[in-house]
Amino acid sequence: MRKLKEFVIEKLILFCGLASIFFVVLIFLFLLKEGLAVFKTVTPPQFLFGKSWYPISEPPHLGILPLILGSLMVTLGAALISIPIGVACAVYIAEVAPLKIKEILKSGIELLAAIPSVVLGFIGMVTIVPWIKSIFHLPTGLTALSGAVMLAFMAMPTIVSIAEDALYSVPKTYKEGALALGATHWQAIHRVILPAASSGIMAAVMLGIGRVIGETMAVMMITGNAAVIPHSILQPVRTLTATIAAEMGEAVVGSEHYFALFAVGIVLFVISFIVNVGADLFLHKKEQ
Amino acid sequence: MKSLILSLFFLACFSVQSSAAVNNSVRIKGSDTMVNLAQSWAEKYMEIKPEVFLAVTGGGSGTGFSSLISGTCEIAMSSREIKEKEIALAEKRGIHPYEIKVALDGLAVVVNPQNPVEKLTMEQLAGIFTGAIRNWKELGGHDEKIVVLSREVNSGTHVYFKEHVLRRGNPQGTEEFAPSALLLSSSQAIADEIAQNPGAIGYYGMGYVCAKQKAVLVAKDAKSLYEAPTIDNVISGRYPISRPLFFYLNGSPQGMLKDFIDYCLSGDGQEIVVKTDFVPLKR
Repeated sequence: MRKLKEFVIEKLILFCGLASIFFVVLIFLFLLKEGLAVFKTVTPPQFLFGKSWYPISEPPHLGILPLILGSLMVTLGAALISIPIGVACAVYIAEVAPLKIKEILKSGIELLAAIPSVVLGFIGMVTIVPWIKSIFHLPTGLTALSGAVMLAFMAMPTIVSIAEDALYSVPKTYKEGALALGATHWQAIHRVILPAASSGIMAAVMLGIGRVIGETMAVMMITGNAAVIPHSILQPVRTLTATIAAEMGEAVVGSEHYFALFAVGIVLFVISFIVNVGADLFLHKKEQ
Repeated sequence: MKSLILSLFFLACFSVQSSAAVNNSVRIKGSDTMVNLAQSWAEKYMEIKPEVFLAVTGGGSGTGFSSLISGTCEIAMSSREIKEKEIALAEKRGIHPYEIKVALDGLAVVVNPQNPVEKLTMEQLAGIFTGAIRNWKELGGHDEKIVVLSREVNSGTHVYFKEHVLRRGNPQGTEEFAPSALLLSSSQAIADEIAQNPGAIGYYGMGYVCAKQKAVLVAKDAKSLYEAPTIDNVISGRYPISRPLFFYLNGSPQGMLKDFIDYCLSGDGQEIVVKTDFVPLKR
């Protein structure tokens, strides 16, 4: 009887463990099935490098280059803002801050992570968008930069908490050794602790970027959604995610537009897969 | 055993009732522009006649016609007239499309109140929205870049504006919105951006215009008069960016359908038209 119970529980846990992989595979297969159908109407190079996106015209123009570049532009901008601030914040929390401030900062960062993205998007729409318009004297504030600033806020909690973990797990003896050799506090951080934690910090950065690429609601509200190839960060852009969210509701099931949106989903899946695998490689490097 | 018989009895009663409900139900399908209007009519009508069940779904005018032809709806909503091809297809299936004009729709072209430009021709509008005209200077305004705002491609209004303003009603037209046009997800988002941006221009249903935006006067061509998007001008057909909204039925309306359509065309029904930001058929 006990053996049977053991057996059942073991299999149940095995099933739960496999379930998540099973779902991922199912989702991926579904994406492929629906998305690859678009290549009956356009060739993959036409789809990936086409410069115009007019999905409901007759015949439809299904080129997603402006969307890919839009997503990359916003992501790059967000990375440039959030990585230096995020890593510096993690260093301060892990190495410099007194215990009390450390606790306050940590809970503050967690709170930032808990704000829904639609709320951040709304705040961005009424604050950052007019600011950017007046600071840079632009015709409109709905630009890639507005999206990048808002997404930087969203990536920060991920970067700070994982980077802080990485810094914390550097053995105490490293720091003590550096200080004993006459290094100042900053020299110890800069020359010893940061390099020792570098792979963990890289993983933090990658996961932060992964969050940014997949973000939808906030970018849809503040980047203007114009499907034009961006020449500067002060232009409106349309991202891959916003395109899917804005158009899926009305796309006729089984139409070229519908398949094209699933193909956009595949592109997004591939990008975030690469980013996550990158993060994983860095994390494993750290373990060795 | 007894309980089984009892439950079978209830089941029988229930199924009789539900099939009766099917006979009392009307399926209304079609234009996304009209979904809210038809939904409001349906809700009010069902308050008066609780025994009737009206189901309203969108999908677009084309979807409405194809369901009318295949017999999966009783009323097709449409923001365009039925095509010859669709009539031929319907007649082949023994369906005789019967057209009823139920309301009108007018689109206002709006700019910021600080913008000195007061009036535009349809040709100038097409130029602005396709990106051929890029500066307000060319239209007698300040030296300022034009920021073009449009609804997202999923919107019926986007499609209507493209077909009737950009392409001037020519079905073979290939004009598109300028790629640099900002696509916003709602009429409200366009209204907000217009209110804070002196260089912006956008369009939406005329019910949305308030003091923070200015609706420009529009002329069919340079020789015509410039007209404001008012209810009177839409009813008389003088304002060029307006369209009738239709119901299509199989044959002239009878019984329950006639009762519902009479309600839509009645004073109360047309009151709802105004409340949902459309234009009534007459004052």
